[in-house]
Amino acid sequence: MDDIKYTTPQFQPKPDFGTPKQVSQKQVTLNIDGVDVSVPEGTSIMHAAQVSGVSVPKLCATDSLEAFGSCRLCLVEIEGRKGYPASCTTPVAEGIKVHTQTSKLADVRRGVMELYISDHPLDCLTCAANGDCELQDMAGAVGLREVRYGYEGENHLKQEKDESNPYFTFDPSKCIVCSRCVRACEETQGTFALTIEGRGFGSKVSAGNQLFMDSECVSCGACIQACPTATLMEKTVIEAGTPEHSVTTTCAYCGVGCSFNAEMKGEEVVRMSPNKDGGANHGHSCVKGRFAWGYATHKDRITTPMLRKNIQDPWQEVSWDDAINYAASEIKRIEAKYGKDAMGGITSSRCTNEEVYVTQKLVRAVFGTNNVDTCARVCHSPTGYGLKQTLGESAGTQTFDSVMKSDVILIIGANPTDGHPVFASQMKRRLREGAKLIIADPRAIDLVENSPHIRADYHLNLRPSTNVALISALAHVVVTEGLVKENFVKERCDWGSFVAWRDFVAKPENSPEALEETLGVKAQTMRAAARLFATAGNGAIYYGLGVTEHSQGSTMVMGIANLAMATGNVGREGVGVNPLRGQNNVQGSCDMGSMPHEYPGYRHVSDPAAKALFEAAWGRPLSIEPGLRIPNMLDLAGEGRFKALYCVGEDIAQSDPNTQHVTHALESMECVIVQDLFLNETAMYAHVFFPGASFLEKSGTFTNAERRISPVRRVMSPKNGYEDWEITAKLSEALGYPMQYNHASEIMDEIAVLTPTFKGVSFKKLDELGSIQWPCDDEHPTGTPTMHVDEFVRGKGRFFITQYVPTSEKVNAKYPLILTTGRILSQYNVGAQTRRTKNVEWHAEDVVEIHPHDAEDRGIKEGDWVGITSRAGETVLRVTLTERVQPGVIYTTFHHPESGANVITTDNSDWATNCPEFKVTAVQVTRVHQLSDWQKHYKTFSDAQIAFANNKLSKKAQQPA
Amino acid sequence: MQTETLIKMANQVGDFFAANPNQAQAQLEIANHLNRFWTKDMRNQIAAHVQAKQGAGLHSQVISSIAAHLNP
Repeated sequence: MDDIKYTTPQFQPKPDFGTPKQVSQKQVTLNIDGVDVSVPEGTSIMHAAQVSGVSVPKLCATDSLEAFGSCRLCLVEIEGRKGYPASCTTPVAEGIKVHTQTSKLADVRRGVMELYISDHPLDCLTCAANGDCELQDMAGAVGLREVRYGYEGENHLKQEKDESNPYFTFDPSKCIVCSRCVRACEETQGTFALTIEGRGFGSKVSAGNQLFMDSECVSCGACIQACPTATLMEKTVIEAGTPEHSVTTTCAYCGVGCSFNAEMKGEEVVRMSPNKDGGANHGHSCVKGRFAWGYATHKDRITTPMLRKNIQDPWQEVSWDDAINYAASEIKRIEAKYGKDAMGGITSSRCTNEEVYVTQKLVRAVFGTNNVDTCARVCHSPTGYGLKQTLGESAGTQTFDSVMKSDVILIIGANPTDGHPVFASQMKRRLREGAKLIIADPRAIDLVENSPHIRADYHLNLRPSTNVALISALAHVVVTEGLVKENFVKERCDWGSFVAWRDFVAKPENSPEALEETLGVKAQTMRAAARLFATAGNGAIYYGLGVTEHSQGSTMVMGIANLAMATGNVGREGVGVNPLRGQNNVQGSCDMGSMPHEYPGYRHVSDPAAKALFEAAWGRPLSIEPGLRIPNMLDLAGEGRFKALYCVGEDIAQSDPNTQHVTHALESMECVIVQDLFLNETAMYAHVFFPGASFLEKSGTFTNAERRISPVRRVMSPKNGYEDWEITAKLSEALGYPMQYNHASEIMDEIAVLTPTFKGVSFKKLDELGSIQWPCDDEHPTGTPTMHVDEFVRGKGRFFITQYVPTSEKVNAKYPLILTTGRILSQYNVGAQTRRTKNVEWHAEDVVEIHPHDAEDRGIKEGDWVGITSRAGETVLRVTLTERVQPGVIYTTFHHPESGANVITTDNSDWATNCPEFKVTAVQVTRVHQLSDWQKHYKTFSDAQIAFANNKLSKKAQQPA
Repeated sequence: MQTETLIKMANQVGDFFAANPNQAQAQLEIANHLNRFWTKDMRNQIAAHVQAKQGAGLHSQVISSIAAHLNP
């Protein structure tokens, strides 16, 4: 390792141009301080000056926000014009001559600064922003040497701090009322939680006249990012001081894949600062990526390998060699006794591409089976299947930035403000500019009418499980009202499949009127929504797990692709089919061949050319037979026919449906190897625990929902001793197959050689470009922002008939309600990371939402404990009453293991991919006064397992015989 | 794996392709799906069920598809 130098670009502060970049075909040339400069029409003089290398003093201006013109520090002189215009709000004009430094301007600026400083504490040396304060910088820049006004008069210096937020402090005594925080909350985040209250001297920043924690603030950090002083400051910086170096890396949470600068003191992270140059986030962030990284150093981290013979035994700490050798011996023993097909591996979307690649390589080439799967099985596997069938590639078609050119946005089964908050902010910006919005969701998500200045034009609040009926109804309107873009279809799509689909959706039984009762949505609303989508210009479809996690998840994905093709909404900016991926590397884990039927690059294992390619590269014979999917593995384990599992970064005991089925399967295996940061729920059933490395401790890449491959850079040493790919390579070596990598970059080099869509990808190129959207090949050396531009990847786009087939998970007298599940902003999936951060202050437990009518029928009141019973099991949660859910539907999250949300979800799954039908579970709800039997058992079991880990035997203790 | 599980899965696949007006094509696609995504053991088990129990519980089109097009 030591001979390889990581490429870790050190933080170079980027110039702040003061106002946003403008785009125009017309260039304007002006002269600033004697130098000619040409910029796009509409550019501010301040921005133009910075382009020419001249920094105009400023305080209220920053290039992530529109010009405001309040601080009066950026005044300039323009020859032939009167007065001193603010350079931030004055656009360039052809031929003007601007002076940014004159004696008069210097006098004015010093006067302005003197007024600011006269109401600002002079505690620079002990201030948390010392050395990182624009006010301090400007005082120096304008040459302020004295303040004549004294501090005897009325001032704001004794204003009380608001410490309510766990991550940042608001100190109004240091506020200069520049409004950057207020504008960031509005323009960047779109929450409008902050305002300037009062007038004149009484003006102050206010979070709705209440504490930040009690306000609408979502803790995205945009206000802190924008603040030029120490008024809004991270508590970590207050405690640790300013960082001394910085490394650009990629967030390990959702599928947006935000780029961050990890700002460091030595090996300690002081602040995660969103990267202005991040292709997905453009300098924005959310409460998870910005603040919830403390789990990486949480006391619950396990950093020493552990073994045990039986899950009822305490863990024994052992050396890495002992752990690896024991695991390898168990794999060999089980292979000899039960055969190769009794073993398999599971990768995770929390792994890097390189980790996923080596894990699937280990299973295919060393275990000798294709029994490898990934957590996309339980989220977006229908996306991979459906988009491959229709468009030819298992990926979304656009960039996130594409939304800024959309005229109408159709969101189906997704809740971007909670699940993908940074992209949601961009989408909200476009909606505030006037794009139309259609939402198809059983629940009233925030974008329906609970986001400032946004209201959905149509909310199609369909019944859970009826997505496919809805897409047929919308398509029926498009087809029967002459709204098909026939030229596009004729030129770009398979005409025969289109005709068959057209004739199908045109049938009377697919009309909105015929399906109105099934869907619970008025026919005229569906007709209006369909017309709007087909006629408003650029139509973009965004969807999430509310589409995929159904028994017809794949059908619905194909239905969405059908609608996009029929309306000509594929192949350019502003349109497209956009799956919002749940985890950071869902796209990448699928790209890297962790599905049991396909190699990296989505090539089927039965493809002779692909098989030959990988056999030659890996030097081992490979199977042409598809392997087991996760539910197949679990079924066979329960039957005693699947015996060994290598599970990397995934927690199937919490995230997969029918928990008791999963845990029974795990209990039935003879060797469960878990590689993770924590003793997760699955690890409680494990025999070998390999401690993993956090995203801050490793090198690699993540691929986000827009196919953007972004670098993950090691900013601190792995607390467990190794990066995760190294652990997999060690296991492989112990099994007789050394993997000859010295660094994660060499794994990517191998991927590039073997995978056409990654041909041009390398760590070196990622350093140069920042990120790359695949395909990246000879034809597209810098990547492909928009797919299917001239033709579909499969050649002609193929339409599929999407017959609505009602789910077999039906309500009846015993189970009269439908449970559907989702996420909340502050927590992330199984919560293993976010539960170990201060984000629990927003969401300490999962609660179940129920409509007031359903609650009244059952004598349930706000805050009661309720038992939720399904055909699979029972759990107990606290209830909240809300009209966000429709009568007959209840909703909960699944971030806390003791909630047992998946104890009640069933084995029902998607026909094509076995993606579980998490979104539809028939249940009954009753008021109760004690935990469920499962929860009581869980508490006893997990307490014992945690004790086994906490009281583990030392390294010197004898290993299992 | 329990045969009931495979029957349910195969029927779900059949349900998707049932709407295809070209029934011969539908039968081919049903089997093709199983060939591409099911393990050899799973395919053999469902094929054995079709042979031994005339595919009891399977939709007729699925039975025909398995009989005609499923890879061993």
